[in-house]
Amino acid sequence: MREKIAIGLSVVAAALLAYNLYQMFMVLPDEALQGAIYRILFFHAPAAMVGMVGYFVALAFSVLYLTGKNFLYDSLAASVIEVSLVFSIINLVTGSLWGRIIWGIWWTWDARLTSALVCVLIFFGYLMMRRAVDEPTQRARLSSALCIFGCVDVVIVYKSIDWFRTQHPGPVLDFRTGGGKMDPAMANIFWLNFLAILLMAIALVLVRTRQESTAREIDSLRRLAHAAA
Amino acid sequence: MRTVKHALLIARKDLAVELRTKESLNAAGAFAIVILVLFSFAFDPGPEEVREIGGGLLWLVFLFAGALVFNRSFARELPNDCLDTLLASPLSAGSLLVGKAFANFVMLLAIDLVSLVVFGIFFNVNWTRHVWELGVVFALGTWGISILGAVFGALTVDLRLRELMLPVIIYPLLIPLLIAAIELTKLLLSNGPPSPSDFLWAKMLIVFDVVFTALALALADTILVN
Repeated sequence: MREKIAIGLSVVAAALLAYNLYQMFMVLPDEALQGAIYRILFFHAPAAMVGMVGYFVALAFSVLYLTGKNFLYDSLAASVIEVSLVFSIINLVTGSLWGRIIWGIWWTWDARLTSALVCVLIFFGYLMMRRAVDEPTQRARLSSALCIFGCVDVVIVYKSIDWFRTQHPGPVLDFRTGGGKMDPAMANIFWLNFLAILLMAIALVLVRTRQESTAREIDSLRRLAHAAA
Repeated sequence: MRTVKHALLIARKDLAVELRTKESLNAAGAFAIVILVLFSFAFDPGPEEVREIGGGLLWLVFLFAGALVFNRSFARELPNDCLDTLLASPLSAGSLLVGKAFANFVMLLAIDLVSLVVFGIFFNVNWTRHVWELGVVFALGTWGISILGAVFGALTVDLRLRELMLPVIIYPLLIPLLIAAIELTKLLLSNGPPSPSDFLWAKMLIVFDVVFTALALALADTILVN
């Protein structure tokens, strides 16, 4: 059943992406000030949003694991963080490409860029820690605690944006500005692309969760065989 | 109240052991001074540059020296199953964690003080004009580092590659605290007038300490009890 859902989501995401790409490159005009490079926003911001949402979904799964001790939640948390990390890296890379064209630099220690990088470092540490622990119960317990600390830290890091002077462009989406900053045709494609990326992320999480659960089953069988020998 | 009493008991035990063996203090203190010396060779900063980068240099020294202290904090309980004995005792996990953090805090504060004196001598910086304010910033920043150091020292205590994992995990988590502490230290070393944003940094230090101490207490059982 889970495979069918993953395949279904992937197909819908692929169709949506194809439609969005056509609209982005064949229908929508270049932006007045930035030219063609503005199109990177259709991937840059949704990747950031999916990544950030993912970390907090993983936080919920980590809390659920600690309260219920169900390994499925641990697998879900690990899978969500892994997928979110990929999208956060896509966010950083696309942002860097945009910065090179518009600002003339690949990177600046602006608060929002720094906070995005810190998120990647925190959850990269999470994945490293998972690999360093062999015993599944200990791994799940330690990972859940680290995920909770990491997510709280992400909030504090994110808050520093308001306190630092930032050269990152301000919000353009209607729900942040109250409207009028982005053309409705562009906003439509933006949200459709967000949906496509979100569906792709959910499909990836389902596949990774399945792999995590299978890996744990194999590991427990190996331990059983080792104990019986 | 009982938790505080038990935490102080653990801290006293750790400090007594450390004062007898000096295994963390000697290594971390020497390490801090070596970094300060290397820094002067690497960059050869003038008086203006020292005021500009002194805050960052000092906090990086505290952070690197801190990792040596935190690695030993729980690891010293591993031989003879001392950690299991402590967990089986009537002490709560919270008091054990806070006690360890407090012992780390005292040790790291001593290293902070030695580093500050050496920094003042090596780089000709007069830090005595704002000694009380610096003391408050050092105490708040060091407590934040110590509580996270204790939490992740406990989490990584029986991991392979423990010495490597601890810095990889805690350094990114400490970035907001470091930014705030560096900004405030830089201001106090340069003797400039405080701006409204400096009070925000002070608030950030306090929020960081309160939030992570509360979180450490809430998750103490999860962190320590297997």
